[in-house]
Amino acid sequence: MKHFIPFIVAGDPCEEATIDLAIALEQTGATMLELGVPYSDPLADGPIIQRAASRALKNGMTLTKALTLIGQMRKKGVKIPIIVFTYYNPVLQLGEERFFALAQQNGASGVLIPDLPFEESEHMRTLGETYDIPYISLVAPTSDERIAMIASKAQSFLYCVSSLGVTGVRDSLPTKLHEFLQQVKSYSRVPVVVGFGISTAEQVERLQHVCDGIVIGSAIVQKIEQLQDELNDVHTRQEALRVFSQYVASLIEPLKMRVRKNESETTTKTTKTVSTGQTD
Amino acid sequence: MLTLPNERGRFGMFGGKFVPETLMRPLADIEQQLHEALADPSFHAEYMRHLYEYSGRPTALTFAKNLTERLGGAKMYLKREDLNHTGAHKINNAIGQALLARRMGKRKIIAETGAGQHGVAAATVAARFGMECKVFMGEEDVKRQALNVFRMKLLGAQVIPVTSGNRTLKDATNEAIRYWVEHCDDHFYMIGSVVGPHPYPMMVREFQRIIGEEAREQMLKAEGKLPHTIIACVGGGSNAIGMFHPFLDDDVECIGVEAAGKGVHTTEHAATITKGTKGVIHGSLTYVLQDEHGQITEPYSISAGLDYPGVGPEHAYLAHIGRVRYESVTDEEAIAALQMTAEMEGIIPAIESAHALAKAFQIAPLRSSNEIILVCLSGRGDKDVQTVMNYLEGDGQK
Repeated sequence: MKHFIPFIVAGDPCEEATIDLAIALEQTGATMLELGVPYSDPLADGPIIQRAASRALKNGMTLTKALTLIGQMRKKGVKIPIIVFTYYNPVLQLGEERFFALAQQNGASGVLIPDLPFEESEHMRTLGETYDIPYISLVAPTSDERIAMIASKAQSFLYCVSSLGVTGVRDSLPTKLHEFLQQVKSYSRVPVVVGFGISTAEQVERLQHVCDGIVIGSAIVQKIEQLQDELNDVHTRQEALRVFSQYVASLIEPLKMRVRKNESETTTKTTKTVSTGQTD
Repeated sequence: MLTLPNERGRFGMFGGKFVPETLMRPLADIEQQLHEALADPSFHAEYMRHLYEYSGRPTALTFAKNLTERLGGAKMYLKREDLNHTGAHKINNAIGQALLARRMGKRKIIAETGAGQHGVAAATVAARFGMECKVFMGEEDVKRQALNVFRMKLLGAQVIPVTSGNRTLKDATNEAIRYWVEHCDDHFYMIGSVVGPHPYPMMVREFQRIIGEEAREQMLKAEGKLPHTIIACVGGGSNAIGMFHPFLDDDVECIGVEAAGKGVHTTEHAATITKGTKGVIHGSLTYVLQDEHGQITEPYSISAGLDYPGVGPEHAYLAHIGRVRYESVTDEEAIAALQMTAEMEGIIPAIESAHALAKAFQIAPLRSSNEIILVCLSGRGDKDVQTVMNYLEGDGQK
């Protein structure tokens, strides 16, 4: 089974909507969720996610609140693994141990920190093992000889950054992407997923054959932005969620077709790996 | 102390590389090439040749006779970085990094700028070395510094207004880094201060050390001894590190002066070491102005060059171990020092440098006439004339 990993920002456009969006995404076929914690200076993000972060921050979202939101999602029945996507500074201020304790308490399944590269992340990786919350590593098209090193310590899955640049909606992906994914897969003992720039069903169709999962962020966040007024209003929220789910379903249609084809295959090994935090 | 940072880019606990994975290899490339360049006598010779033949170094060491007499205490000397080509110390670093970029075969330069001084320096060296130059500048600063924007354009650079965040230096730096992530294969990011991920804080320091090295020699020649106290302003902190570093192993008191804006008891200041806490900004662990949730807050200073919510990690370290003392000076005190220096010495300093002068004026009367205070006059004030005029006419005193 291929993973579909949508990304949304906690508190965008409001806390209640974030919970409902998570439920809608699970129902639409998400096998994991990346929950972004809004940050004032998101270096790895393009304009769409920057705007979402600003909206969420204006609503008073914080790292602690975002973790609590995961707890609320769990209470509402969200079962899929939820990965916390946060920049390092909020974690540093909260305290690294406290962060993991809260993440565990609220049912988070992993953590990904885009500005904490391999060399700076040893402490976080160790804490992740202690708290049974895998620390997800990223590899980029520039990683080259670093891939082996990063892959050797990868927990739960490896996140491949598709192209040079920040998150965003891209019309085309690099021609060398397949080669890059193959290279990463050759080193990796854990599933390899790809993200950054993936925003159309065609891209999903082409990529699904060379990776174990696909992350879609900006395209989904952009849809939320378009629907923000309707999502904010409890009277129109259900209809907005229906429109949203329809859009997401169309994006991942190629994956679903594959899922139907492989329905007899029962293994969900990779999902289990994430939720239990085993490294292999 | 002079051997830092370590191989991980740390000054004690500060510094490091807190950047997206995509930038790790470009940073490693720069680090390796920098080490080779610094060990190569011909690189150093060429750097010095450009400093002397193009920027007009060595810059003068001026005895401020009138100020010394008026203040009635320690003798005051000024290291005249304002006499550099383009009017500030920024060109020292821009020349060094441009030479490194050329050595690495990169002909496209990215730079961030606040007031525009580093942007102008980057645009200048890009013109001189036949490189393309893109300068990221907050939209708010583009408006406030129209003259410098036009200077950069005259020099052939492209100025890109940044509309994210508060549209000032912090946001310009974010955007420059984002652009670099996308174009790191053929672009060189020329950071203007001792901030950013390793090896930038070390690299910029090495290209600014010339300030302190020259001043040391000039001081010994003029007075036969080292100064007792050295004072420099600190935003990111490049002129201060350049000035302090060659004196760190000597028995010399070093004082870094941050911008207190409307007062460190208000929220409108940029006194990062005085009021900040440990955090990560622009790839480096240092002191940061932030809220309890780890969101970076907006600084304020009348001086665009000091209006930054972080500080170079080496300054954070020097503050932490107590080797350098960091104090702060308000807008009002800085403007008064600027006026006094203009009236008494015929020098209009940049508002940034006026912060260092203001601190020196406070200290000098308390010291004996045997003592020497050396102030880094990091830039000239031509760019600030409009700001000063507005301030004195009441705009800034609201």
